[in-house]
Amino acid sequence: MDDTQALGRRLAAAVSRHDRRMQLMEVCGTHTVAIFRAGIRTLLPPGVRLLSGPGCPVCVTAAGEVERAMHLARAPGVLLAVFGDMLRVPGRRESLAEARAEGAGVRVVYSPRDALELARRHPKLRVVFWGVGFETTAPGVAAAVLEARATGVDNFLVYCAHKLVPPALEALLATGEVRVDGFILPGHVSTVLGTTPYAFLAERHGVPAVVAGFEPTDLLLALELLLRLVERGEAKVENAYPRAVRREGNPAARAVMDRVFRPVDARWRGLGEIPGSGLALREEFAAHDAARQFALPEFPDAEPRGCRCGEVLRGAVLPPECPLFDRRCTPVSPVGPCMVSSEGSCAAYHRYGRRAG
Amino acid sequence: MCLAVPVRIVRRVGDLAEVDAGGVRKEVSLLLVPEAAVGDYVLLHAGYAIQLVDEAGARETLELMRQLVEAEEPDAD
Amino acid sequence: MREVERILLAHGSGGELSRRLVEEEVLRYFDDPVLGRLEDAARVPAFPGRPALTTDAFVVRPLFFPGGDIGKLAVYGTVNDLAMAGARPRYLSLAWVLEEGLELAVLRRVLASAARAAKAAGVAVVAGDTKVVERGKADGLYLISAGVGEVPPGRDLGPARLRSGDRILVSGPVGDHGMAVLSRREGMEFEGEVVSDCAPLAGLVEEILAAGEVHCLRDPTRGGLVAALKEVAAAAGMASEVTEAAIPVRPAVRAACSILGLDPLHLANEGKLVAWVAPQDAAAVLAAMRRHPLGREAAQIGEVLEGEPGRVVLTTPWGGRRRLELLVGEDLPRIC
Repeated sequence: MDDTQALGRRLAAAVSRHDRRMQLMEVCGTHTVAIFRAGIRTLLPPGVRLLSGPGCPVCVTAAGEVERAMHLARAPGVLLAVFGDMLRVPGRRESLAEARAEGAGVRVVYSPRDALELARRHPKLRVVFWGVGFETTAPGVAAAVLEARATGVDNFLVYCAHKLVPPALEALLATGEVRVDGFILPGHVSTVLGTTPYAFLAERHGVPAVVAGFEPTDLLLALELLLRLVERGEAKVENAYPRAVRREGNPAARAVMDRVFRPVDARWRGLGEIPGSGLALREEFAAHDAARQFALPEFPDAEPRGCRCGEVLRGAVLPPECPLFDRRCTPVSPVGPCMVSSEGSCAAYHRYGRRAG
Repeated sequence: MCLAVPVRIVRRVGDLAEVDAGGVRKEVSLLLVPEAAVGDYVLLHAGYAIQLVDEAGARETLELMRQLVEAEEPDAD
Repeated sequence: MREVERILLAHGSGGELSRRLVEEEVLRYFDDPVLGRLEDAARVPAFPGRPALTTDAFVVRPLFFPGGDIGKLAVYGTVNDLAMAGARPRYLSLAWVLEEGLELAVLRRVLASAARAAKAAGVAVVAGDTKVVERGKADGLYLISAGVGEVPPGRDLGPARLRSGDRILVSGPVGDHGMAVLSRREGMEFEGEVVSDCAPLAGLVEEILAAGEVHCLRDPTRGGLVAALKEVAAAAGMASEVTEAAIPVRPAVRAACSILGLDPLHLANEGKLVAWVAPQDAAAVLAAMRRHPLGREAAQIGEVLEGEPGRVVLTTPWGGRRRLELLVGEDLPRIC
């Protein structure tokens, strides 16, 4: 470790020596927290601004989808299994945690396999797993559906809200609303996708991008690589997380994902409707598809008044620039999803960013 | 986006494996990394191993860091 | 013969089954003469120092976890609260809320464990109560404690005594208890070297207080180390700075935290203390801690500073800095 730590400190020094003004975007919510936790923001040179992108599964879940999940949790004989991240996401009036307090069937799980186990143990209940997350999480949920069908657990269903990263980046750049000089790409999504799906960033948009890991040294390495690419004007996609990310990614995982899910258009909080950016269960797995098995009403995507999470998600606004930030919208009484999720940029800013130095 | 941690496979039965991380043992699925074997390190995310983590890659990371730092330091002798 | 003996609502009626529950079950484990008189209140001999009183409720789920159970937790948790105030624990009271259907075998295991812990901590359980609630109204068993301790004359610990420059010490690795309980919760099970640190700290406190000028003590239970650091700093109107690399965390707890997406600095501890010590005595107090079995891996982790009350900044190995904030919401497994 000490060798890496010494290299890490020298990298930190190298990063702080860059003086050109630029805006970089870290796409992934886990990166947002890892960067804050390592205190890397306080090491960045003044000219470099780090924006948080649409990479936190909680933040990008459309408000209407939260309402539909709560509708499921309140249905008789249903137990909604969710990742801990989703418990405090605000719907129009309340969150799942509050709905649970009123008697809705909600259970936090670590893995879709635990939800499958719940379904086995409670045959008289219908266990619906809220499938959120990106290409890192979707293959596992697909595997759980395959296992449920293979072992005849037909009271295990998935309410699919998985989203895909490349289409979101395409939509983000297409708006032209935000100047992004370079992207820090999500490390664990890339273990599944590989690096080739991001080629369009450099080739069509001329924006350099680096796949990053999550240890402080990984982040410093990726930052230093990206700062150099931007300064030299080299539009390339580089891999700064070779111990986990291969060029070709994980074909087996993608195959399982494609076997169970098909791409569909999806609504993203802050980015609106993005073609081919979501996943839905294929017809063959209709029996395990909560969207088909339950008549889920449509709910509008009404945003809480004054909430600018949408613009924060697009990197158009920094959390402190939102009028509600740290006033009406705080971690204890969050208004928008970016403040709810510990990965959300507003929560990370509030927790780590304010005068962190 | 996705918390995932490297763990070592200590036992494998079909698609299921027992993995170890710092003395913590957990049962996970290897369905997404069929070629993983006992002794391999894999990245664990929400109950599933999603990729093999190899030593070569780890060394490559260190090498990349060294190159960057050596080339960068102005007073590097 | 019924196949499994269980608690019935009748055990709570105050009638024959209640009498048998107390006399044949509870008193079998707690043979204190004062308790044995089963009077409405326990009268105990006076003592020279100032009395300290504390109370605690225990609703841990599951009831049994690696390194402990709700009975042991209730006794040591109460003893430790008294010890943090510098009081020598003397007497305990334990009130039991039993759910209809609880197996008597489970109750006996917890009674035995609580009795063992009381003996180990050198306190007498002199009062108690048992109540029964309908099935489904409690998670098997809840325990509510009260404890009385003696604060020797001249001893006055608390946040008000904190001074800028005080050193902050922790008596060992953090996060053991919180993670041990989580390791047995449905849906998160894992095996391995994660064991609750549940232990009585009164002895360690006496060693520390004898070794130098200690201003304040706090056991970082719910909310973990972060809550203890922030609450005491806020109460003292001071700020603090803590070095991340200096905070001991066991490898197994760190690994389990990274798998579940949790932070060891927020996880509960049941056999650790944080001490705020005058700078000139920090080394002596640290040495005293390390001589004690419950302080082998004690460490100095930071310092008290002038500044915004309650502001605690963590310096990271990379020279970065971040503010420690109280956790909002529950500590739950995350994917992101």
